[in-house]
Amino acid sequence: PIPSSLSAGETSVLAGLYGPAEAKLSKELPDRAALEVLLRPKVGLPGVLERSREQQLRQTCEAVVLGVLHPRTAITLVLQVVSDAGSLLSCCLNAACMGLLDAGLPLSSLFCGVTCALGPDGTITLDPTARQEQEARAVLTFAIDSSERKVLMATTKGSCSVEEMQQCLVMAQRAADTIFQFYRDSLHRRYSKS
Amino acid sequence: QVWQIRLDMHLLNHDGNITDAASIAGIVALCHFRRPDVSVQGEEVTVYTPEERDPVPLSIHHMPICVSFAFFHQGTYLLVDPSEREERVMDGLLVIAMNKHREICTIQSSGVVMLVQDQILRCSKITAVKVAEITELIQKALENDHKARKEGGKFGFAESIPNQRITAFKMESAAIDTNNVEEQAGEIITKADPPSEVFVNPILHTPGTAQIGEGIGNSWGDLEESEKEEAAEEEGESEAAAFECQKTETEDTSMMTETKKDEPILLSDSEEEEVVILEPQEVPRKTR
Repeated sequence: PIPSSLSAGETSVLAGLYGPAEAKLSKELPDRAALEVLLRPKVGLPGVLERSREQQLRQTCEAVVLGVLHPRTAITLVLQVVSDAGSLLSCCLNAACMGLLDAGLPLSSLFCGVTCALGPDGTITLDPTARQEQEARAVLTFAIDSSERKVLMATTKGSCSVEEMQQCLVMAQRAADTIFQFYRDSLHRRYSKS
Repeated sequence: QVWQIRLDMHLLNHDGNITDAASIAGIVALCHFRRPDVSVQGEEVTVYTPEERDPVPLSIHHMPICVSFAFFHQGTYLLVDPSEREERVMDGLLVIAMNKHREICTIQSSGVVMLVQDQILRCSKITAVKVAEITELIQKALENDHKARKEGGKFGFAESIPNQRITAFKMESAAIDTNNVEEQAGEIITKADPPSEVFVNPILHTPGTAQIGEGIGNSWGDLEESEKEEAAEEEGESEAAAFECQKTETEDTSMMTETKKDEPILLSDSEEEEVVILEPQEVPRKTR
């Protein structure tokens, strides 16, 4: 079990990854690893919103983790929200990817999460704060993969036109470059002396 | 009317002695917390939002801190603040909660060790020393946070992580190049396939209940008729159930009077089935 913490501004998420470990008979899959994501909110017990976020994160991770290399095992990813000041889902995505990297799991590509907020006047804000999210007309979160900057997951809250969504997507793909550079630099630093 | 306070503790890493760590975390959280200000005039109670009036701290009388002791070999060996491995093999555990005024708040003994009086007294003296230094650390941390918040500096979990470690990496917020975003997005849309057909407009039954689409007609009643049909018709081939239903439906509609599009759409002509739409009752709003 290796915990890693990722903070973006004031929003902080702690990711702990366990596995590949032995899976319960009921949960094991014969040809691949069974991935489970647990998202724990800062206050209270996990509710329906956390469950839906867990499924979104699980499906994103399953797309990149090479589960076929570890059949009949269980990989558990526990995300603990330490503080929330906006852009929580993208912070969870980034923490999940860094957790997977840190634990050394085989991945086909990396991914990152970017949140865009569409203001009432049409301006697009990346990594919005909680206040900007509330005032926005729509909040979009994308999971972008590292090999071809393709979309792994897209979630929208609110309403926006097709053109606006495409613009947000292009901005998210540009922002993904910066985030992947951050991954690269932090890993470079981590393994530079050891 | 009273305030209800809820303390959620999340265990991030277990390397022994969760009791002590949890007690420190809990009491610091309660000291750090600020609740909304309230004014009471007779029967009238006004709760101010954080924007109207600064939130006030809770009234904490004293800060009890737990200190744990692990015993080995029937009380011969004593370890303060045991780690996880030590906890697993210990014979007995003694937990003393004390505040900085040397008042014992809790004593809890468990395990298979029988303790002598002077052992417990010695433990309580060790506890007093530990609690004094821990309380001082807490006070300093609270003061630093208070100062940082007043002067506008950065505070919170992200800032408390030491940055000089090799396992920690920090990057300042970066600007993104947003030129030509609209043109690039426009290109993608023109190259992409046209979107699929838009759905029918929803039908509004009552406020809060809408219907999109017609749904499939009820095929329960058609089972008897399809049996009669099979007996009547001499088709030997057995077709898929879907086709049968469609056939019987089309025959039904030809028997019924032709419905114009303006009339309400009949989902099924069964008399047993009745669509009842529940109206939401006015639920009194609970203030949290």
